[in-house]
Amino acid sequence: MPGLVIDRDILIEAPVDVVWRTITEPEQMSQWFADRVELVIEPGAHGYMGFGDQGGPVVVEVVDRPKRFSFRWNHPRGEEPVPGNSMLVEFTLTQEGDERTRLRVVESGHELCDWPDAEKQRYADEHSDGWVEFLDRLAGVAAGR
Amino acid sequence: MTAQADDELWSAIADPSRRHVLDLLISNGEVSASWLAGRVPFSRQAVSKHLVVLERTGLISRRKQGKEVLYQVQAGRLDQATRAMAELAADWDRRLNAIKRLAEAAHAQEKKDRQS
Repeated sequence: MPGLVIDRDILIEAPVDVVWRTITEPEQMSQWFADRVELVIEPGAHGYMGFGDQGGPVVVEVVDRPKRFSFRWNHPRGEEPVPGNSMLVEFTLTQEGDERTRLRVVESGHELCDWPDAEKQRYADEHSDGWVEFLDRLAGVAAGR
Repeated sequence: MTAQADDELWSAIADPSRRHVLDLLISNGEVSASWLAGRVPFSRQAVSKHLVVLERTGLISRRKQGKEVLYQVQAGRLDQATRAMAELAADWDRRLNAIKRLAEAAHAQEKKDRQS
């Protein structure tokens, strides 16, 4: 059974390599993600992300420069993130021109993490739009429409 | 919401079949399991299982009317769920926008450095 899936993307007017450095260099990460980032960008590397007084461990999963970067975290619970207790954050970078990059992020809940890659991809392909539509629909109900 | 309640909620509504059931309840008010079963491409047993999961998360409630059991959406819980989900999506939108600003500024700076 799948868990939570959040799928967002953005178009950036910069080459793919610049975007890659922005999302993977710890001093850059601390400007868009956590207050404190201690991380070595290597598959399997263990690090830490701090948010004010709180924080938790992070484990790097995939490093495929400059196309894919993923890590696992389970803030705010603070346990060691492994499949089954954590969220997987996956960045995909696609060059759409010399100086233009599409950055996609998928954050998925723990049940989904145990799926084989192909299954996960199929689920994401089939349901990412449906998920957004459903959110809109829920928002409509909540607003009394 | 606690982290565990969140997990149950996400699991409950991330499943497309359950979303279908929930959608029908949202659109049609108070209905029975057999009414739902007539409108979905899966079995009556599957509908019952989905209703149990949805009820456990507090997203729907049921009451007995004569021999029938009727189900309906709990608007308060649904609203809470919507806001929690929208917040998570908004967190990522904020982060992506920050990444965009940083990358575009770095790119502009590198171009300037190359020219001088």
